[in-house]
Amino acid sequence: MKATGAVSFWQATLAVLWKDLAAEWRSRELLSAMLVFALLVIFIFNFALELQTQLRASLSAGVLWVTLTFAGTLGLNRSLAVEKDRGCLDGLLLAPVDRAAIYAGKALANWVFMLIVAAIMLPLFGLFYNASLILPGVVLVVLLGSEGYVAVGTLLASMAVQARTRDILLPILLFPVVIPVVVAAVKATGGYLQTLPLEEIRPWLNLLGVYDVIFTSVAFMVFDSILEE
Amino acid sequence: MSTTPRALVAMDVAAGLALAVATGMVFFYAPLERVMGAVQKVFYFHVAAGWVGMLGFGLAAVAGIAYLVTRRSRWDLLGVAAVEIGLVFTLINVVTGMIWARPVWNTWWTWDPRLTTATIMELVYVAYLMLRQGIEDPERRARFGAVYAIVGFLSVPLTFFSIRIFRTIHPVVLGGGDPTVTGAFAMTPRMTQTLMVSLVAFSLLFMALLWHRLRLGELGERVEQLRLKLQS
Repeated sequence: MKATGAVSFWQATLAVLWKDLAAEWRSRELLSAMLVFALLVIFIFNFALELQTQLRASLSAGVLWVTLTFAGTLGLNRSLAVEKDRGCLDGLLLAPVDRAAIYAGKALANWVFMLIVAAIMLPLFGLFYNASLILPGVVLVVLLGSEGYVAVGTLLASMAVQARTRDILLPILLFPVVIPVVVAAVKATGGYLQTLPLEEIRPWLNLLGVYDVIFTSVAFMVFDSILEE
Repeated sequence: MSTTPRALVAMDVAAGLALAVATGMVFFYAPLERVMGAVQKVFYFHVAAGWVGMLGFGLAAVAGIAYLVTRRSRWDLLGVAAVEIGLVFTLINVVTGMIWARPVWNTWWTWDPRLTTATIMELVYVAYLMLRQGIEDPERRARFGAVYAIVGFLSVPLTFFSIRIFRTIHPVVLGGGDPTVTGAFAMTPRMTQTLMVSLVAFSLLFMALLWHRLRLGELGERVEQLRLKLQS
């Protein structure tokens, strides 16, 4: 189905994004779950790794990204499961808009949620461990890394929620595919935290950029065939 | 009831013969490597199994694209068949590599890009099979499988590069590389010939297995249709 002129691609995308943000503003289910979960993961890491002052600098980047990755799966699953459960997906599919716009709207909404979680996590992390994580470079890495994560995650989550084993399926589908994002984001964040020269960080930023471009475009191309019935 | 086609029987025989010849060449024709000794002989089947694994996963991605374009269930059958065979051979590749690494690197496992990528790739395709298992509707299963085969295959080179920016100790035997890496060696003509024969033998084996698996898939589909007919 193509846009009929009345509703452009971007109007439809923004409508889906707005719907998700408004629903989240009223229920605050997804963000509160992600945030509480993220906090718990940070605490578990503290005890599991006995994060000490001298170890922290090298470990914080890893802990930060593992926390974001795990909290992200929670949000992605919820964001798509809500659509599936209450028949909202059928409503969305009936709308005479490009299917890719639905994907773009959902992915943008998930990206916003990830960024909100990161925006709260970074200062909290700094507070608990007495370190400053809010550097322009780290913000750039969070933007790039979460974009790639959400681009693939939204695509795979919309498949996972339609499967019988959906509660356990998303992390199994998503983690092996987003390993490049996690590796590059951890290395780049660690590089900025240890104030390494830019030449040592740039390969990782390039990798994140390449991943984002490839997987965002592939997701746009194949999303049509995920929502077909 | 259709019997096994003549060409398939011929291919089975050819694959079996080629494997026997390759095994014979590995043990009696290829020279003993000076430093590593007999354990280096695992290399011929290690590389051949890795090649067949990649061939299977690549073929699954191509079949995925073809399925999304044509929507013919044959492409889906080809995709699953290729993934299943690719999984088995990648496992052989990883395990033979570990057998070699134990005496040469003095460890079963290191976090080297090739080892790590091969194992992550294995996990991607295990996830592929788990995704398919969770979906009953065959048409939807085929669509989702196709999408995941494409996404998974695209992620493999990126995973490789992401880990490669770390330093590697895996020897690059084909196409040059750093000769100071532990376990690297120069190939003599006899070694090259043995490797080529192994590659051909494993490729033949791959094609024969793929054909068998395709026939099995078609029979499975027929059984499913007959069962539906009985129920209605």
